[in-house]
Amino acid sequence: MNISDSAQSPGPSSRAQAATLEFREATKRYPGQAEPAVNELSLTVPAGEICVLVGPSGCGKTTAMRMVNRMIEITAGDILLDGQSVRERPPAELRRGIGYAIQQVGLFPHLSVADNIATVPRLLGWDRRRIRARVDELLELVSLDAADTRDRFPGQLSGGQRQRVGVARALAVDPPLMLMDEPFGAIDPINRERLQNEFLRLQREIRKTVVFVTHDIDEAIKMGDRIAVMQTGGHLAQYAPPAELLMHPANPFVEDFVGSDRALKRLALQRVRDVDLWTAPLVRVGESAAEARAKLADSEVPYPLLVDDDGRPLGWLTERALAGERVTDEFRSRPDPVLELDDVLRDALSDLLADESQYGPVVDERGAVQGILSIEILGHALNADPEQVPSGADAP
Amino acid sequence: MSALLAQVQIRERTENTCVSDNGFCPGWIVDNFDRYLTPFFQHVLLTVVAVGIGFAVSFTLAVIAYRRRWLVGPVTQITGVLYTIPSIAAFFLLLPITGRGFLTATIALVAYSLLIIFRNVLTGLDNVPDETKDAGRGMGLTSRQLLWRVELPLALPEIMAGLRIATTSTVGLATLAFFAGAGGLGERIFDDITFKSNVVVAGGLAILLAALFDGMILLFQRAVTPWTRAAQ
Repeated sequence: MNISDSAQSPGPSSRAQAATLEFREATKRYPGQAEPAVNELSLTVPAGEICVLVGPSGCGKTTAMRMVNRMIEITAGDILLDGQSVRERPPAELRRGIGYAIQQVGLFPHLSVADNIATVPRLLGWDRRRIRARVDELLELVSLDAADTRDRFPGQLSGGQRQRVGVARALAVDPPLMLMDEPFGAIDPINRERLQNEFLRLQREIRKTVVFVTHDIDEAIKMGDRIAVMQTGGHLAQYAPPAELLMHPANPFVEDFVGSDRALKRLALQRVRDVDLWTAPLVRVGESAAEARAKLADSEVPYPLLVDDDGRPLGWLTERALAGERVTDEFRSRPDPVLELDDVLRDALSDLLADESQYGPVVDERGAVQGILSIEILGHALNADPEQVPSGADAP
Repeated sequence: MSALLAQVQIRERTENTCVSDNGFCPGWIVDNFDRYLTPFFQHVLLTVVAVGIGFAVSFTLAVIAYRRRWLVGPVTQITGVLYTIPSIAAFFLLLPITGRGFLTATIALVAYSLLIIFRNVLTGLDNVPDETKDAGRGMGLTSRQLLWRVELPLALPEIMAGLRIATTSTVGLATLAFFAGAGGLGERIFDDITFKSNVVVAGGLAILLAALFDGMILLFQRAVTPWTRAAQ
């Protein structure tokens, strides 16, 4: 991996290369300490995947991450980036080719947003025009208005904006590997969720290899293609895709760490569009009642769902609504909750419980009903084989 | 040496009662103002040279001690001792070695400024947030690049504050430089300390000079640290 080559790639719009990262019995031992901080860590992160290092404080997850760009030197074992040992490269040069984002962001307060992002491009000697174009492209990529943000100082930004600039800065030279240490840790829950989703969307475009450190198992399950659970003493307890981790925890420590609600957490790995929905008995006012009764008989749902001309749900009807010649609008209840195809199953379940409903109509982007999600379907999803569960909520 | 403090006759015998009564006489001041110009520029030169050298020495010491922490103790102690030696005593201690004149005065003034500037530069560097340094290193800045591009710029407010204190106190201390035979506004003050007009003009010029230097450094600081004023 030649660093100036990787710096030449024009931007996230093109298919950037990603690196394979391999820990080989990597160990960090501090003098005077009986236990190593990281103990013979061996794992491989395939190119283009997000590997989350997760564990309680003091488990060595941050140390493990910092060994990759030699912010902390390994004492035994090795770390290979595309097959080449990181120890063979001068630290400064190595780091310029690896994106680096930390919890406190660490933007340079005395430099404008543009100059912050331009840090590594300048170190690599890019020309002015190219840097400026790249800065604007990156700001747009992280959903910031370039014209408005470019010349501001970090002190003039909100926490979420600072975090986005931090990610943009880490991506500046399109590095094949990103290191992210609790990058969303200091953000309030609402903005954290938004930033997580944005990063996953971004990652689908840029396909970097990412090492992501967090202490939050829910964040790990959401962000990770693979999760490395570490336990005190720097041991790797388990390295597996999220679904497997939740289905088959390797030992009591992992089982305890993922939580007693791990069955429920598995619902966070699937979206409504991933399960087989029930056919909805859709009826319209004025439609023949006989036809409507036939649809109802074919459906697992016991009530007809009234929709408007565009197929949008209006409400559940009583049986009396089908008693005459034509369907009438005798409502039984509102159609709540209305679910979307992209909703995570856990959120869908939560919505059903909140509305004390057995069934929820599922709508597409235009709001037209595509099917019905029921508590029963969710029950089946919980018992599904992990092999068939996608490895991350972001999977297609 | 006894002639050093002898009163110099700066007043001619006059009918002007204001002057003969040691009063504050605007007319006399206007007529005699050019007497003060040479001492004023001597004073400016003393201050600029002393603070310039003092800054160069203590800035270098602070940058070195920032990376080699064991130096902080010794440097602070030595510059601390220099700071506490009364400057008049320093002038007289140096006289046998460097003789009367500009050099002696400058050495004493430099010695006095070291501690102030050294401490402020070091504090400024120490106050750079850890995460900023970590991010810089993590992005591949060498320690030299980190120092010049990140740490020193962020330490500028403290460095400039130290420079201002050092400069204003040097202007004050330089009024004693004539003890070392280096002239300056102090010489004029002591020419005739009973004559109000003289004391007010010479002393006033010293105060004005201090305020001028202070204002200039402050303006420079504001120009080079725009981020400190960027509102939330």
